[in-house]
Amino acid sequence: MTVLTTTFNEQRSSLAVLRFDESNHFYDIANFGFFVYLMTDFVLFSGLFAVYAVLHNNTAGGPTGSTLFNLHNVLTETLLLLTSSFTCGLSILSLRHRNKHKVLIYLAITFILGALFLILELSEFKHLINTGNSWRRSGFLSSFFVLVSTHGLHILIGLIWMIVMFIRILKRGLSRASVRRLTLFSLFWHFLDIIWIFIFSIVYLYGALNL
Amino acid sequence: MIVASFWLGRLNSHIFPTDIITLGAALSILFGGVVTVIVVTYYKKWHYLWRELFTSVDHKKIGIMYIIVAILMLIRGGIDALMMRAQQATSVGTSHGVLATSTFQQVFSAHGTIMIFFAAMGLMFGIINLVLPLQIGTRDVAFPFLNLTSFWLFVAGMILINLSLGIGQFSAAGWLAYPPLSELKYSPGVGVDYWIWSLQIAGIGSLMSGINFLTTIIKKRAPGMKFMKMPMFSWSVLCAMTLVVFAFPILTVTLSLLFLDRTLGMHFFTAGHGGNMMMYVNLIWAWGHPEVYILILPAFGVFSEVVATFSRKRLFGYRTMVWALILITILSFSVWLHHFFTMGAGADVNGFFGIMTMIIAIPTGVKIFNWLFTMFHGKIHFSAPMYWFLGFVGLFTIGGVAGVIMAIPPADFQFHNSLFLVAHFHTMIVSGVLFGYFAGIHYWFPKIFGYKLDEKLGRVSFYMWFIGFLLAFIPLYILGFLGATRRIDHYSASLGWQPLFIIAGVGVVIIAGAVAVSILQQIVSYRNRHQLLDLTGDPWNGRTLEWSVPSPAPYYNFATIPIVHDRDAFWVSKNESKEKKRVLEITDILMPVNAPVAVYIGICAMLFGFSMIWHIWWLSIVSLVIFFIVLMIRISDENPYYLLSAQKIIEHEGNI
Repeated sequence: MTVLTTTFNEQRSSLAVLRFDESNHFYDIANFGFFVYLMTDFVLFSGLFAVYAVLHNNTAGGPTGSTLFNLHNVLTETLLLLTSSFTCGLSILSLRHRNKHKVLIYLAITFILGALFLILELSEFKHLINTGNSWRRSGFLSSFFVLVSTHGLHILIGLIWMIVMFIRILKRGLSRASVRRLTLFSLFWHFLDIIWIFIFSIVYLYGALNL
Repeated sequence: MIVASFWLGRLNSHIFPTDIITLGAALSILFGGVVTVIVVTYYKKWHYLWRELFTSVDHKKIGIMYIIVAILMLIRGGIDALMMRAQQATSVGTSHGVLATSTFQQVFSAHGTIMIFFAAMGLMFGIINLVLPLQIGTRDVAFPFLNLTSFWLFVAGMILINLSLGIGQFSAAGWLAYPPLSELKYSPGVGVDYWIWSLQIAGIGSLMSGINFLTTIIKKRAPGMKFMKMPMFSWSVLCAMTLVVFAFPILTVTLSLLFLDRTLGMHFFTAGHGGNMMMYVNLIWAWGHPEVYILILPAFGVFSEVVATFSRKRLFGYRTMVWALILITILSFSVWLHHFFTMGAGADVNGFFGIMTMIIAIPTGVKIFNWLFTMFHGKIHFSAPMYWFLGFVGLFTIGGVAGVIMAIPPADFQFHNSLFLVAHFHTMIVSGVLFGYFAGIHYWFPKIFGYKLDEKLGRVSFYMWFIGFLLAFIPLYILGFLGATRRIDHYSASLGWQPLFIIAGVGVVIIAGAVAVSILQQIVSYRNRHQLLDLTGDPWNGRTLEWSVPSPAPYYNFATIPIVHDRDAFWVSKNESKEKKRVLEITDILMPVNAPVAVYIGICAMLFGFSMIWHIWWLSIVSLVIFFIVLMIRISDENPYYLLSAQKIIEHEGNI
């Protein structure tokens, strides 16, 4: 058995064999490294959550969360983001089946949902700023804006990432690098979902309770 | 209120230094830079430097670059120290010393920042880069391109902090820039912004290095190297990098929030509008205390290797060493409040953190005893690294005991903000961190450059450091007891402190001499390199895998990836009989190609930081766009590797 494999390997160009083996190992490493990066992002967000927890009552005479937050808007945002996570998963599923078209279609849907989410979030920010409740108003609003917009900034990076991947897959098909990057992207996108669930519960739901 | 213009932001004609000392420092750095450029151009070495050093993803070369930058920064921070000592020794009674108060404040802020972020961190990442992949038996780190990018971000931060000498001014708010002093209201200039951005950029580089080395250790160890067979230095790096991954995001958050306060008028740490400045102190130390262990754990690792090698014995109590490291890693996140017992958290909270602080001294003590027991009954070879180790044991114990004294909250109320504290943490960081990395440089130098360093000058440098250190810091312990506060720039002659300050100043001069001897040691060793040549690849009779390859280590590290069966893998294989040794099969290797993109990313980061400091918003956008473009260029190369043929490796091995 061993002898057979050796001769088989020798027949192919050593370059191809090497690329295949080492790059498989490399993907494993890249996945792990990306996971570690996501953990650092978790620490970053937990820092921002802690800051929000400390400052959420420091309204300095300004409005509280319960008067500012529009839960309908937030529910729509949540549904958009959760659905985008679902379509992102479908895109990965199509990747397993090597269906380039479906991968692209689901990626496009994910992009549109993510973009809609971001537009809604920005319109909420715009509304707050226009009604005189910008981040300059109080410590509470500063921490609210920074926590939510850091998540939004991640979404924006995800959107740019999706555009880049879309063009690449369109041009070069499902190459090994594209497959790997799409897998990492889906980790990133689901991670943002998890962060949003925390923002949804801790910032909006808890804030609306007016405790 | 500074009126900002569109093209120049806050830049105007008043940004250049006016006092003679700052101007002189800025000009001498400029002069040094110009001379370097002329010399390199004259010898036509730009191409060579670009190809072999600046864009090389070889971890050993990145390590060398880190150490060069760190030594330069050690000298810069050392000059700051000399200036502070000169001021404190002369500014008594009617004399107001050599520095203006505002300059003095910038000097002590710069000293702390530079020494921690650019000298100590640089030495640490330098040594880790040099040694770690060799020690765990791999050809490179997990992400070589990321590694080089981290380095250039480190350089970008370094350039920004030095730029503050010539353009604008540096922060005068201390090395951790506590608000509300560091808020816009009380520090309206660009100083704190320089501080924020140089740390932010270098910090993101460190975070990426942390991810990189953590992944390297977990995923790229040689086959058979189980965790409990890993060399102690690698263990210490694993623990330190775990701390980096958990602690540095907190720094990123904290610096960002302070930046937002200052730039967008937010209210995180302001005195009014619902800000909470005590939160800043908590956040910065939730990063800052683990940071101390990030710096020192790898130095502990260096000592573990040095002691075992030069005692010709296995490290005593390997398992307890590992558990001590892990315990320190966990506990280091539960002691941060001891930096501000006086802030008024209450007796219970202070009590908890005081006890935790005392507890963390226990695993550290375990390590000290393990090293001493490793020496016990060993055949000790007194080479220069052993001198650094012995100096470390003595000083570190003194500093550690001082630390445990301050861990008692009521006692800390007396010591807080005094020179006693300054003396304590300098004892820990100089004897622990610096001595450790100096020992490491001496120990691993032949592996990287192929020749040993001069022993005699190494010892002279050690003795001068040791004596200079005692003279510089023992007076500070006494002064602290007498009530001298840190950052003091003037005091009454009737206090009688001046003699002690003068002794401390003499100590710093001796330390400066020690650094000069170290540089002389490099020159002398280079000139005598033919006598000091290391032909065996194993000059110290080493125990771990890095000594199994020739010196200097080939650029592919290992012709064949070793298989590990035991702790001290190389020591075991050296003592095996010849027949048992493996027949080496050399195959082709995939090697990463050079990455100029990393340099461009560093330049973008520097421009971005500069534009943020001076509010030149168009430049921020331009640098972000360029960053995006170069990243796309990098990503478009799907396979940034070249194939190193077995034939070439065999030729290279044959030449050695």
